[in-house]
Amino acid sequence: MTEDLKILKQGAEAKLYICNYLGRPTLIKERFVKNYRHLDLDTNITKERIKNEARSIVRCKTAGIRTPALYLVDFERRRIYMEHFERNVTVKDFIINLTKTGSENETNSLNILAKMIGETVRTLHDTNIIHGDLTTSNILLIPKNDNDNWIQCCEFHLVMIDFGLSYVDSSAEDKGVDLYVLERALISTHNDYPELFNKMYDAYKSSSKSNIKEIISKYEEVRARGRKRTMVG
Amino acid sequence: MVVAIGFEGSANKLGIGIVKDGEILANCRRTYITPPGEGFLPRETAEHHQQNIHEVLQEALDQSGLNPDEIDVVCYTKGPGMGAPLMVCAIVARTCAKLWKKPIYGVNHCIGHIEMGRLITKANNPTVLYVSGGNTQIIAYSRKRYRIFGETIDIAVGNCLDRFARVLKLSNAPSPGYNIEQAAKKGKKYLPLPYCVKGMDVSFSGILSYMEDKIDELLKEYTPEDLCYSLQETVFAMLVEITERAMAHCGSDEVLIVGGVGCNERLQEMMGVMCHEREAKIFATDERFCIDNGVMIAYAGALAHASGTRMDFKDATITQRYRTDDVLVTWRDD
Repeated sequence: MTEDLKILKQGAEAKLYICNYLGRPTLIKERFVKNYRHLDLDTNITKERIKNEARSIVRCKTAGIRTPALYLVDFERRRIYMEHFERNVTVKDFIINLTKTGSENETNSLNILAKMIGETVRTLHDTNIIHGDLTTSNILLIPKNDNDNWIQCCEFHLVMIDFGLSYVDSSAEDKGVDLYVLERALISTHNDYPELFNKMYDAYKSSSKSNIKEIISKYEEVRARGRKRTMVG
Repeated sequence: MVVAIGFEGSANKLGIGIVKDGEILANCRRTYITPPGEGFLPRETAEHHQQNIHEVLQEALDQSGLNPDEIDVVCYTKGPGMGAPLMVCAIVARTCAKLWKKPIYGVNHCIGHIEMGRLITKANNPTVLYVSGGNTQIIAYSRKRYRIFGETIDIAVGNCLDRFARVLKLSNAPSPGYNIEQAAKKGKKYLPLPYCVKGMDVSFSGILSYMEDKIDELLKEYTPEDLCYSLQETVFAMLVEITERAMAHCGSDEVLIVGGVGCNERLQEMMGVMCHEREAKIFATDERFCIDNGVMIAYAGALAHASGTRMDFKDATITQRYRTDDVLVTWRDD
């Protein structure tokens, strides 16, 4: 394969390149060396995260959760090759744009979105996948069809990405923490929609028949712990 | 023009500072130091503050060369912190306000750190890493609040370091964290430790209990210096990682480190490397301003006072829990 790479974006821990791999539009996620941390630590963390990401993508597939399809894992070059969605928007940008354009369907769009996210996160947890970094930057929207107005019409699918911090665990505690991380991310990023998390949480609670009581109580517990966090200066 | 005096005593540092329009006229401090292997407890800490506060107040007034009637507002730490030591400062502040017939203002300790850091370093709109014995938070300003993007979900990083210093029976003078930092400089052998980042949040309790449980075994293979080194490398890598994550998330290109752990030079160095790689600027202060002090309380109070915020005397209470995002930032318009 020739190295014909176009850099798309440099995130906090990876460079994203676009290329053509076996005839398909492909995204390469390269976890570059972080010079601030001890080399052994850096190597361990990177290897661990590449593994986590690949493992969870495969596991999502069996649970019917959309993620980019996995093409290739290259530990040597610290890379994962995966499906690239040419038309996509992050949930973060979607919500910010909604605010800007002040569309009349604002509430409706948000309700639809919140419900989808709540249900998807619940499916993740029912499959015992803890995402570990649930934020609105890590959820993409892709069009369901060829409609150019797919964003306005809410004709989209949800795609979960960035599974580097994910792992498999069945404990209610870890699911509770995962929900708490999401809640915190929403409060800090989308403070103009304070009701957003509750809508997701409602969908999360009601979307499956699996036992939820324990998760709810653990989430409340983690939340209470967080609220008390500001102690001695 | 606002002249403000600030009383700080939320933990084992007692500080009184005086500022006049961002110019520091006095910055006096006493630290309550416990024997090796012991932490500071609320009652004893409060007694320490009681015994020293009058002397420190006199020292601050002398240093500034001001008369009490030249002061515009009396500020004190309302919270968060340990109840009894907070109360000592609040009582003295209230008494001064009544004696001098001046308005009183209770300051959020975390906001004090942030505004002090911005004043000293001239950082404009930084992502703030606030790391101390009681707090570990990643903060960014948005719409009139300092919002918390990430924080520890259990113990603070400084608490983790302090308690590990106790395990090794390191001295608490001048501070346990300083002694860990010095020991770490001599460490060479790296011990892999649990690394726990959850989104923009971190957890330190697992690392601490791992080291506490295994200390006897570990000391057969590693020197105390190696352990300090490994601990610092691990916990600081976690902090730099979540800071970078928050910067990417907010699109920010400035970092400000505040709080007692913020004067650790290894942390500053690691943060500097990260910033250099993403072409961002790093701002940090030395121990005069990183460590709890009265100036930060005076300055944050002066900003609030100048923007017209007032506190009723009956509200001049203390609270052990007071979140950074509870405060409406009336002095910033961006």
